Amino acid sequence: MAALEQDARGRMLGRIRRGLRRGELPESVASGLVERLKAHPRNLIPARSKLPRAEQVALWKANIEKEYGTVALAASEAEIPGLVADYLASQNIPAVVRLAPDPSITSLPWHDRPLLSVAAGRAEGTDVVSVTPCFAAVAETGTMFFPSGPHHPTTLNIVPETQVVVLRQSRIVGAYEEAWDMLRREHGTVGDGPTGTRFMPRNVMLVTGPSRTADIEQTIELGAHGPRRVHVILLQDEQP
Amino acid sequence: MLTTSPAFKQNATTALADAGLQKALANAKAGFMQKRARAVAALPEFEALRDLGRDIKNHTIAHLDFYLDTYARNVEAEGGKVHWCETADDARRAVVEICRSVGARTVTKGKSMIGEELGINEHLEAAGIEPIETDLGEYIIQLRKEPPSHIIAPAFHLNREDWIEAFREKHTELAPGRVLDERKTLIDEARTILRSRFLAADVGITGANMLIAETGSSVIVTNEGNGDLTQTLPKVHIVLASIEKVVPTLEDACTILRLLARSATGQDFSTYTTFSTGPRRAPDLDGPAEYHVILLDNGRTSMIGTEFQEMLRCIRCAACMNHCPVYGAVGGHAYGWVYPGPMGSVLTPSLIGVDKAGHLPNASTFCGKCESVCPMKIPLPKMMRHWREREFERHLSPSAARFGLGVWAWFARRPWAYRLATRIGAGTLGFAGRKRGRFGSLPLAGGWTGGRDMPAPEGETFQARYARLRKQGLV
Repeated sequence: MAALEQDARGRMLGRIRRGLRRGELPESVASGLVERLKAHPRNLIPARSKLPRAEQVALWKANIEKEYGTVALAASEAEIPGLVADYLASQNIPAVVRLAPDPSITSLPWHDRPLLSVAAGRAEGTDVVSVTPCFAAVAETGTMFFPSGPHHPTTLNIVPETQVVVLRQSRIVGAYEEAWDMLRREHGTVGDGPTGTRFMPRNVMLVTGPSRTADIEQTIELGAHGPRRVHVILLQDEQP
Repeated sequence: MLTTSPAFKQNATTALADAGLQKALANAKAGFMQKRARAVAALPEFEALRDLGRDIKNHTIAHLDFYLDTYARNVEAEGGKVHWCETADDARRAVVEICRSVGARTVTKGKSMIGEELGINEHLEAAGIEPIETDLGEYIIQLRKEPPSHIIAPAFHLNREDWIEAFREKHTELAPGRVLDERKTLIDEARTILRSRFLAADVGITGANMLIAETGSSVIVTNEGNGDLTQTLPKVHIVLASIEKVVPTLEDACTILRLLARSATGQDFSTYTTFSTGPRRAPDLDGPAEYHVILLDNGRTSMIGTEFQEMLRCIRCAACMNHCPVYGAVGGHAYGWVYPGPMGSVLTPSLIGVDKAGHLPNASTFCGKCESVCPMKIPLPKMMRHWREREFERHLSPSAARFGLGVWAWFARRPWAYRLATRIGAGTLGFAGRKRGRFGSLPLAGGWTGGRDMPAPEGETFQARYARLRKQGLV
């Protein structure tokens, strides 16, 4: 099988080259393409997110709310456990929470809220609420970036009915491209991998609000398979 | 998948008489068009992004060997495996082999048009493996044992009553007297049933909206989150992708994503856009232990270097069918294979042969709406015209059409005969219709006048009028 597939690779690439009426790319052209991959130039970025900081943050908030997310503001980390507990109570959701095993989440003063039962780890089928960090959020559409890793298992974004996201305001950027560059900067290993740096986590979910479907009569209903609610606690960690 | 494309005419006649289908089409179509128009109007850069999207894809196809090879090497560097599959058969074999290697009994599936192209569900069943569609639209049509009728809304042809009927019939473990009349209740019921299937599945199969050469990632775009549950929970993730899905960088992917959701559903961005890169890493707490990519050719490399190469830019957004008057009248099933609407009329003959699907390109009024909304600016009408030429060259078009074209060609090559014939025709029709100004019926044109009146000519041919006006110095 492996040898056959190796032949198939050669034949498929050969047919592409025949269609393009050329042989293998000359080294000069191929190295130019490698350079483009390493430089990954930005294409046109819509102007809508290029705003003064306060307006950029407001645009992110307006966009995630337009997509049925909800937002609460926290002035300090110490307020977060209380905001989580209050939100769950207001929605009649059991106060049993799976925390992302990330120090920025587990180190919050959860013991201030003894009625909130918390445990850290990946999400199992029985978990109804998760609390996760957010790597970056994009003002352009309200989208949040959740790269996977030991500190942020992917199941937390998709298995529970309610996802509570702790977003630091300083992690809001204008466009997707800025979030990818943050990931390259903060996760990259230079010189590793066929195109220069290697930085992609196993999974990166870009989430814009709760799960939904329009498969029945083209009308949107929330809560198809993923979370029914995405509640974001925006930690105001920037000086105004 | 078996094709009924050769029977398009009969399929269309049946579809036009199907009251349930006509109701569903009437409900759904306007929604898609309005939502797209609103999203496009809200983004001033949309037209510029279309040009960029086209250029990115053209650049990629011109260097497709390089980008596919780089993509595959990056997947392998991340611990994934790429299966190069020249034909649908190769791909089916590879999928079944992977499933067997882990002793899979059930497989959950995200929505994948390549999966439809392979007819993968039938092949899994034949191998004793149960496939479970998890996209709600795909789930209902799997229950009803029918193919999708739309590439992003598979149950486009169904009404709520059809959902209720199928759920009552198939979910026999639930109380027969339960209330099911709201969309919300239906979705909750499906969610509960499918959740247990997600947790039990051995393998998850998804499609790919894009492949990224720079990082070796596959990208899926969904609103339900079913694709994420499918690819995260089982021990094996299989990605079904065709070769034209590759783009160079994350930045290029961003440009295409800005076009995709707006063109498809009229959303600024879909709810979930997920980038997967290889299997679970050592310290991870979840994710699949194996990551496989089925990289499918199935006729696509043969389109390169032909007049159909530009079709490889297609990102499967469905804007062309959402805006097509023919699709809107007959729905997707009439087209008889996986891909309906204008993009299907161009792609299907390339993939299954002009002899089977060569007349699908005739299912067009050439109104040009498809090309005007295509985010990749694919000249769909031009390519349908190329197919019509090929159909004619291969003597596949009906004899009446060939005879008519032959008669027209005889006159067109003899200007004196053409002038004479048109003068007689226009004169006779002008005289006969001088009172009413139109005809309710005409000999040999009953098919045309059956649905509308034919306006009567004024009696003078265009050429004669032009010559007269020139003489008078008026043109």
